[in-house]
Amino acid sequence: MKKPSLFRVERRPTLPGHVVVLVSILAIFAALVAAGIFFQAYGISAVRAYQLIVKGALGSRLGLAETVRRAIPLLLCGVGLTIAFRALFWNIGAEGQLLLGAVAAAGVALFSGLPDVLLLPAMFIAGFLAGALWGLIPAVLKARLGINDVITTLMMNYIALYLVEWLIHGPWRGPTMRGFAYTDKFPSAATLPTISWTRIHWPTLLLGLAVAVLAYVLITRTRAGFEIRVVGENPEAARFAGISAFKTTLFVMIISGGLAGLAGVGEAAGIHRMLLGPTSISMGYGYTAIIVAWLARRNPLAVIVTSLLFGVIMSGGDVIRVSLGLPFQVINLFNGLILFFLIGSELLMHYKISFSFRRR
Amino acid sequence: MRGIVKRFPGVVASDGVNLGVRQGEIHCLLGENGAGKTTLMRILYGLYQPDSGEILLAGKPVKITSPSVALAHRIGMIHQHFRLVSTLSVEENVILGVNEGMGPFLRLGKTRKRIAAITDEYGLSVDPKAKVWQLSVGQQQRVEIIKALYREADILIMDEPTSVLTPQEVDQLFATLRTLVDDGLTIVFITHKLNEVMQVSDRVTVLRQGKLVATLPTSQTDKPSLARLMVGREVVFRLEKNPPQQGEKLLQVSRLHTLNDRGLPALRNVSFEVYGGEILSVAGVSGNGQTELAEVLTGLRKATSGRILLGGKDITNRSAREITDDGVAHVPAERIKMGTVSNMSVRENLILKDYRHPPFSRGIFLNYKKAEANARRAMAEYQIAAPSDSSAAKLLSGGNIQRMVLARELSGKPRLIVAVHPTYGLDVGATEQVRQVLLRQRERGAAILLISEDLEEVMALSDRILVMFSGRVMGILDAEEAEAGEIGLMMAGVQREGVRR
Repeated sequence: MKKPSLFRVERRPTLPGHVVVLVSILAIFAALVAAGIFFQAYGISAVRAYQLIVKGALGSRLGLAETVRRAIPLLLCGVGLTIAFRALFWNIGAEGQLLLGAVAAAGVALFSGLPDVLLLPAMFIAGFLAGALWGLIPAVLKARLGINDVITTLMMNYIALYLVEWLIHGPWRGPTMRGFAYTDKFPSAATLPTISWTRIHWPTLLLGLAVAVLAYVLITRTRAGFEIRVVGENPEAARFAGISAFKTTLFVMIISGGLAGLAGVGEAAGIHRMLLGPTSISMGYGYTAIIVAWLARRNPLAVIVTSLLFGVIMSGGDVIRVSLGLPFQVINLFNGLILFFLIGSELLMHYKISFSFRRR
Repeated sequence: MRGIVKRFPGVVASDGVNLGVRQGEIHCLLGENGAGKTTLMRILYGLYQPDSGEILLAGKPVKITSPSVALAHRIGMIHQHFRLVSTLSVEENVILGVNEGMGPFLRLGKTRKRIAAITDEYGLSVDPKAKVWQLSVGQQQRVEIIKALYREADILIMDEPTSVLTPQEVDQLFATLRTLVDDGLTIVFITHKLNEVMQVSDRVTVLRQGKLVATLPTSQTDKPSLARLMVGREVVFRLEKNPPQQGEKLLQVSRLHTLNDRGLPALRNVSFEVYGGEILSVAGVSGNGQTELAEVLTGLRKATSGRILLGGKDITNRSAREITDDGVAHVPAERIKMGTVSNMSVRENLILKDYRHPPFSRGIFLNYKKAEANARRAMAEYQIAAPSDSSAAKLLSGGNIQRMVLARELSGKPRLIVAVHPTYGLDVGATEQVRQVLLRQRERGAAILLISEDLEEVMALSDRILVMFSGRVMGILDAEEAEAGEIGLMMAGVQREGVRR
């Protein structure tokens, strides 16, 4: 005997696009409500905090410019992560791959002695390769020895972090920096131009947009993209079809790590113009990009939108930090809550609730 | 159990079964795969609810609504795949779910004493502190038995307990079962192996297609008559089939050896040939090396020794991709887990093997227009019912998924087709169609290796029948002369007289 109930939960056979968008928006909204509780607990009106964020990030030319410049590394890292996630490789290491890109850029800028015209292209190439190398190590470990990718990519972040610390405190410490733990300033030919007074290093932005489109084409239109999706969706079927999981894993991690490396080049050459402390270079872009890629539901084109959204949160977070005197961890709180609700919604999305109003 | 009926979508798994088991006996449930043995026992254990019928224990009707109710009635079940937590110790697994602690604390001292009493009494030696993952399969099974005894089970259901054991472990298990029965326990033993029935049981019940065929005392029957009961007395239905047009020798396998996933020998000295235009069936009870044979032939498993020649070319241990390109099609046993990518479209699934070649591939790009045209054609030709060629494969029914797999595998006009359980779990219509497709390929001149546990299918489709047991070829018979009873015996490991090895 079935008990009569007011509603039934059923599994959706297919997932229509509008449901995904709607559920994602609801998840963000739920995260905002949850974060609002924290604001209230701090004695700050949540409504006022959100007003400040929106006004700070979008309401002024300065705020808009900061939002866009924050979105640049998120875009590059996020696009790379969508590709890795498609192949079900859990790259948590974009942060470290980004730092390695910055290291390579600094190495080329300061020590290569290349002619000025070649300097920036060489920095981007070196940054891509360094990030790719950092991504390849966990890829090989997983594909050959079956070592958990989440753990290795995460741990590689710390190695990268301390590598940067060592370089700026040790061999690469700038003689002109009066003892501070920085490298010397990059020569001007090794710095990226910005849009007038802003900090938007537009070459990296254009690169990011181009990469998003190319990644979309790669995933949806090419043989390699087909292989990536088959490996990610069903490794057994990939084996059956003769698709090499080894090659595919290496390929996605070259792209994913390389793109994070490019983001590192952009930050080093476009913002700081030197190599400095790892937390100053990145501020967690590599971690935030995981949420960016996840919110984009692993679609590289959608990363353009989601990276901007997180640009808003990051630059808006700066504003409330300053004007409300909140600790800077407030941004991490946001990010954490959004990821929490997104992952939660991932499961819920596949179910629908149908109400029956017949009463007995 | 009286008049038990259980229907699943499209199949009656248990069709009015009356099963009587006496206290203190080992009662075998014998039948082919899908005969309804496990379903019946899952009903007794409360995992399924019967659509009709009743269960009587010692004459009293009982309602067994869940395994915990079954346990309260002292019925225990040992599943084919053990339900153990591999990171916990033996004693922790034994007390898992038994609520006898004091508040939040376990009473391990008392537990240990009881476990020791059980293991001593029945000779179930196993270290109670060992972690389960460290134990062999045979020892893990002992843990399952201890678990059931710890819960004071009087009736013990064992679902194909020997399928994962070595012969020595089997002997040990049988000895244990004897002591248990001498102690007054009742054991229901599910199997499809005739030898075991004869060796261990007091009485045997034969099931076929959900119906109870007979219940006999083991001493009053023998293997051939049990085989006949199990496979079915009725005349085997033969499909309209033209006489074989034997072509050239396409596949030659000689002295092939390989290991299974556990590193034990799965194929031992297997040699045979398949000619163009013929269907060679591999008959056998599951787990006797057939799956491994298909995998070695299609490049998914490495041969440890031996040679595979395809049309004279050595393809031993070549990659799956090379073998596919050489014209070998594989209809895998796991059609959903291995044969399809559920979240990808029908269109993409149909080019899963061929995407690297023109017309689907253009440089580094895929030509989705061609893939779409291909999907339309395949859906029409193989009558694949799908909402559209862009809908996800997971929306398709089992029959349509198999049609899709066949359409893809047969599209390149393969020289050799390795089809594993191609009709397993399909409804009558889809089964019929799949068989017709295979016969058409035979007419075309393809060599077909059909691996099936369905003897009727084997008899109906094949030109020659190879029987495998324990990784060995028991013999190759001409299908015209073969008899179901004889094949059944060979499947159970009884050597046919006068057969060359």
